[in-house]
Formats: sequence, structure tokens, C-alpha cells
Amino acid sequence: MNILLLLGPFSVVLGLMAVGAFVWTLRASQYDDIQGAAERILIDDDDSPDSSSKGDAPVR
Amino acid sequence: MAVTFDAAAGPDMSAFLRRTDEGQTRLDLLVTGARCAGCIARIEREMARLPGVASARLNLSTGRLALGLEGAAVDPGRIISALERLGYPATPYDPGAALAQRDVEGRQLILALAVAGFGAMNAMMFSVPIWAGLFDQELGPATRSMMMWMSAAVGAPCAIFAGMTFFKSAWRSLRAGQANMDVPISVGVILTLVISFSETVLNGRDAYFDAAVSLLFLLLIGRWLDHVLRAKARSAAGDLLALQSPVACAVDAAGRERSIPLGDVQPGDLLRVRPGDRIPVDATLEDGEALLDNSLLTGESAPERVFPGQLCRAGAVNNSGLLTLRARARSEDSTLAAIARLVDAGAQSRSRYVRLADRAAALYVPVVHAVALATFAGGWALGLDPREALIRAVAVLIITCPCALGLAVPAVQVVASARLFRRGVLVKSGAALERLAEIDHVVFDKTGVLTEGCPVLVGASSTIIAMAAPLARASGHPMARALARAAGEGPLATGVTEHPGLGVEGLIDGRRARLGRAAFLGVPTRSSGETEIWFGFEGDTKVRLQFTDGLRPDAADTIKALKARGMTVEILSGDRIGAVKGVADTVGVADWRAGLLPEEKSDAIDRLTAGGRKVLMIGDGLNDAAALARAHAAVAPGTALAASQNAADLVLTGDALMAVVEAIDVARSARRRALENFGFAALYNLVAAPAAMIGLVNPFVAALAMSGSSLVVTLNALRVRGGR
Repeated sequence: MNILLLLGPFSVVLGLMAVGAFVWTLRASQYDDIQGAAERILIDDDDSPDSSSKGDAPVR
Repeated sequence: MAVTFDAAAGPDMSAFLRRTDEGQTRLDLLVTGARCAGCIARIEREMARLPGVASARLNLSTGRLALGLEGAAVDPGRIISALERLGYPATPYDPGAALAQRDVEGRQLILALAVAGFGAMNAMMFSVPIWAGLFDQELGPATRSMMMWMSAAVGAPCAIFAGMTFFKSAWRSLRAGQANMDVPISVGVILTLVISFSETVLNGRDAYFDAAVSLLFLLLIGRWLDHVLRAKARSAAGDLLALQSPVACAVDAAGRERSIPLGDVQPGDLLRVRPGDRIPVDATLEDGEALLDNSLLTGESAPERVFPGQLCRAGAVNNSGLLTLRARARSEDSTLAAIARLVDAGAQSRSRYVRLADRAAALYVPVVHAVALATFAGGWALGLDPREALIRAVAVLIITCPCALGLAVPAVQVVASARLFRRGVLVKSGAALERLAEIDHVVFDKTGVLTEGCPVLVGASSTIIAMAAPLARASGHPMARALARAAGEGPLATGVTEHPGLGVEGLIDGRRARLGRAAFLGVPTRSSGETEIWFGFEGDTKVRLQFTDGLRPDAADTIKALKARGMTVEILSGDRIGAVKGVADTVGVADWRAGLLPEEKSDAIDRLTAGGRKVLMIGDGLNDAAALARAHAAVAPGTALAASQNAADLVLTGDALMAVVEAIDVARSARRRALENFGFAALYNLVAAPAAMIGLVNPFVAALAMSGSSLVVTLNALRVRGGR
């Protein structure tokens, strides 16, 4: 039963990590545009010459 | 001509540019009409192609487009016109300090929610072995004690952290000598924690740390939903205001008019406000007298007469002629105040069901405390030991925790208004949905509702247009605006007064002139109405100006759908008989009246109401504002004047009239769900509370039952029909 003394706190630490991850996604404003994120996946801008951001695509 | 009156003619909007710390310039725009991935891709691609634009990112949920600009040399006006060419009208938007800090409360709530969720799961991890161990004696006392301590170590701090919202609110209300819903919640949670600690220390067998945390977790979900609804309403109200008066019309020293961003208005500036528009900032009236609709600010529906030197408050709607004002405050001071007032007004008009729930709560709290106390005293008197009696009392407190009752209505309203928002209907208050559900008679205005409301001038000579234009530019009426558009930029009439439903009067080069209905100009007529207006100088010949106005594509379908739902439909219009009859026949309405004045419209609504009908009024013009305010429920299209949007409960943000039918469907469905929720919450309490009193339920089961009832109520709310 001594293993409980190790596993109990260990699972609590895992839980705390999950809370931390959630707070991080919140801080990184990942919930600000939920609809937009769902739609953006449909835009295929991988190889299009006029991608939506100038940073990773050549400007004509 | 140096005079520019129309805001679209090229106002200087560089005040909306904001410099960031990295030396970049940012511009925020509110874009309407973007709905899908295609729109995102198109807008962001085209924006990034414009010279000087470094980055573009559209937030689809809020409709805000954030642009990063290289240097401050880019003209926002050109970006906006580029967006308009793409088919997405846009307005500059200043996020402002208030909106940035508005979600501090939301952040705290979600953090508390995350902690409570973590606490509930992990405390339960240690509690479940305890409960399982109680059935057969595999769990030794030492292990059980260790599990209880671990459960306490996780559960208690989480419960205290997550419960702070409730403890603080309960403490505030107790100090004010009242007891709100948070008092029994706080008492229940604190007592549960105290009992669990004493059991743990004394090696007892009843520890309920998990129950305390999961109770808070579920309550916080309710709080969070409520907060989201209010935050959404607040930002929608802010958007509405941003769309309505992004620019003010200022008069410079040389007497020329110029559109300037609201943020640039300084105290002492001279401003002009057109009829039907909002007063942009708190200002003093310079000359003439004004009729102001303060209903947004004070709830008073009768217009207020304001004389020179008196204060006109920001957010009030100009119901008279062209006004000249002198600004008294900066826009941040006045506009933010106006937003706050708009939200407050919405919050004050609390729905009947929410009021019912509040009244139930006022009764509920003392009853629950009395019952819990009676359980404890009765149990002790009947020979239970005090520990057992206290646990029963705590179970009563937890099981009767009024979350199902508190969630019953807000959950339904959140779901319903979110669904409607997605379909292009802005719901101004929860009460509006309830009233909309009761409607059995629908009254349409014709112009701008059944028709596109965008009249086009036909067959007039350019000399006549140029003659009438100075007066037309000073009016907010759709036909006058069409005339002003046809004439282009030019001088403005002075001393202008607008007579709602009749026309506009003023001085052009010192000569008195009128523009409006035939009767207003004294022309004997058989035909006068909304497809034609007359113009003439005093004592001179009068000229007729004709317009055409197309029917909305879904008008006939909308009316058919309304009739299919058992509603009667009527058209009340100020237009002439011929035009109204034409439209009524096309859309299939047999019941129509033409040539009505604004008072006659509102009288007609009053008569219907007196006859026991629940009337829904749909109208857009200044002449409908009174009727909209009198009707049981009111809808205004997004193209309507500020005055009408004010008076309406719902504002259509899209073009489709069919949204009215959807709104009624959603409202009816929401009413059914709310009533079901009430019934369920009442039934639950009637069954669960006695069960807890006679000791059938321990605090853990009580927390589960309470959570289950909240869950049922929330899931039932999700069944509100409509939306995708």
C-alpha cells in the first residue's frame, strides 16, 4: 500500500499540470475566436502564391 | 465645394490608428457580412495586398479585423473603401479601455472554474476508495485515514479558492442585512468542510470534501454562463453604438462641415446632428429648439424639449430638425457612459421569469435555512446524536441548493440569444424573447421593411435636384437621402426642422422652402406617399419628385410563414393607397391601411392591444418609433434609424426578413424550455428536500442529486430549437 503515497501525489501533480495547461491556453487567447478557428482549417494556403500573410509568401 | 457632409465622402479617420510599442501602427475595424472560411481568406488576402498593410487577422466570432500597418501614412478611409468594394462594409472601431478590462471578472470566474474542476476530480479520486471501502472492510483504518487526509489536502484549498466568489457575495449581502442565494450556498459549503475536517481528525467515516468542490464546480458553470451572456450583450451593445456614430459632424471656424472621428471631438467644438441620429457627445444646444428622445437614457418615452443653452446628453436621439451643438465633454467620457447606460437599461428590464425566480429566491432562502435548522433540532430532539443530525442538515442545505432554479431561465436565454445572434438577430433583452413568444398579430411597416427601403430617384431634371438638394442633405429620410446622393456634395439649408411623417422645412439662400408630402406643401392631391415627395419654395410652384423601391425578396415567404403559425398580419403604412395596395397584393396581405400619420399608427397599435391582441410591430422609420414603443414586442431592421432601433426589442443585423419568423420560433421554443425547467426544479426540490430531512440522503448523494438536477436543466436549455 506504500505505493499509494507515491501515486496519490503523482496524480495530483498530473492534474495540476492539466490546470496549468488550461490556464496557458486561456492566456494565449485561444478561445477568442472559436468559430474562426473552425473555419480557418478549410483555407488551404500551403502552396498558394498569395497567402493571407505576407510573412511566409512571396508578394507579387 | 469644400463642404463635405456625407461621412462616406472621405472623412479623416487617422485618429483610429494606434501606435504600438514596437513602432507598428494598428487599426481595428468592425466588419459586417463575413461568415465563412472563404470570407476570411478573401478579406485577409486582399487586405495584405494593399500597400502599407503588414498583417491582417479577422476574428470571425466578433467580426473584428485587426490590421498591422507599416508606418502611419496609410489612410484608413482607403482600407474601408477597399473592404466595401469586396462586399464587406466596415467601421473603424476603438476597442477602448473599458472593453479591454471588462473581462477581469470573467477571467477570475474561469480560473475558479478550472480550479474547482481539478479539485472535484482529484478529491473524488481519494473519496471513491473511501466509499468503496465502506461496503466491505478491505480498506484498513490507516489507509482510509490517509485517503481522507489526501482528499482534504486537495479538496479544501480548492473549495476555499473556488468558493471565494460566493463567500464574498454572501458576506456583502449579509452586511447589507439581506440574504441572497449565495448565503445558503456558503453556509452549506463551509459547514461541509468543517464537518469533514472534524471527521478526518476524529477518524470518523464521513468526509465530504469532494461534495463541497463539485457543488462549487457546478454552481460556477451557471455563473460562467450568466457572465458570458452579459458580456456578449455588452459587446453587442458596444458594437451597435460603434456602428451608429463612428464619426461626428463638426463645423470649423470657417463654417465648413467636416466628419471627424468621435475620439477627436474636444469640448468647445461645434457639432451638427441630423434628424434621427444620435447625439455623439454630451453637448449644449446652440440655437433653435430640439426634441430629444431620451428613452435610451432615462426610459422616458415622451420626447424632451430642449432649448438653447441646455444640455443634450450623448445617446439621445434627435427627433427634430438639424441641430447645432457645442460639445461639453470628450467622447470617451460620454460614449462609454452611453454604453453603460444601454447595458444597464437592458439589465433593468429583467424578464418576467427571472423576476419570478428572484422572488422565489427571496422566499426560498429563509425557508431553506429554517428547514435545515428544523432538521438539525428535530433530529437531535428525536434522539439522533448531534453529529448525525448536523450531517442531515448539511445534506438538506446542499440538496436544496437553488442552482437548478437559478439556471432555469438564464441557460435558456443564453442558448436562445446565441442561436439568434448567429442568424442575424440581436436580442436586446431576455424579456423581449418572452414577449415575442406571446405574439399573435404582426404589423408591418411597408417602406424599409417589406421593401428594400433604398429608394432611387427617377426622371427628375438636374436643375430641380440641385434646387432641392440643400434641404434634402439636412434630412435623414430615405428619400431625402436618395435625393442628396443624386445631387452630390453641396451647400446646406439653414434653420431646418423636420416634421416626422410630413417632411422637412428650412431656408435656402434666405428663402423658405419645404420638402415632403403633398399635403405638407399644400398641394391638393389624390396621390401622395412614400414613392414621391414634393419640393417648393414658399409661394412658388411645387415640383414632384418620384422614387421607386423594390420589394424584399423574402417578404412574401415571411408573411406566408407567419400565417402558417396562426398569426394575423397587417400592414400599416404612411404611403399612398396605390403603392401600399400593390405591395399588399404581392405579398398576400388582405388587411392593410395606407396614408397613416405616426400618431395614427401608434393609435392603431393601442386599439389592437386594447382588443386583447399581442402585437409585434416591425418598422424602421422615425414615423414608426412611437408605434414600436407601444407594441407588445418590436423589431427593427439594422438599416433603421437609431430612433427605431432604440424603441425595438430585437434588431435584425442581416438583410433577410425571414429572421423575424426564426426569432418567433426560437422565442416560443425558449418559453417552453424555461417553463419545463421551472417545473422540473420545483419537482426536484419537492422530492429531494423531504428525502434529505428524513436522512435518506447523505451530503455526497445530495451533491450528486443537486448536480444532476442542474445538468438536466442545462441540457434541456440546449434543446431550444433553431439555429444550426
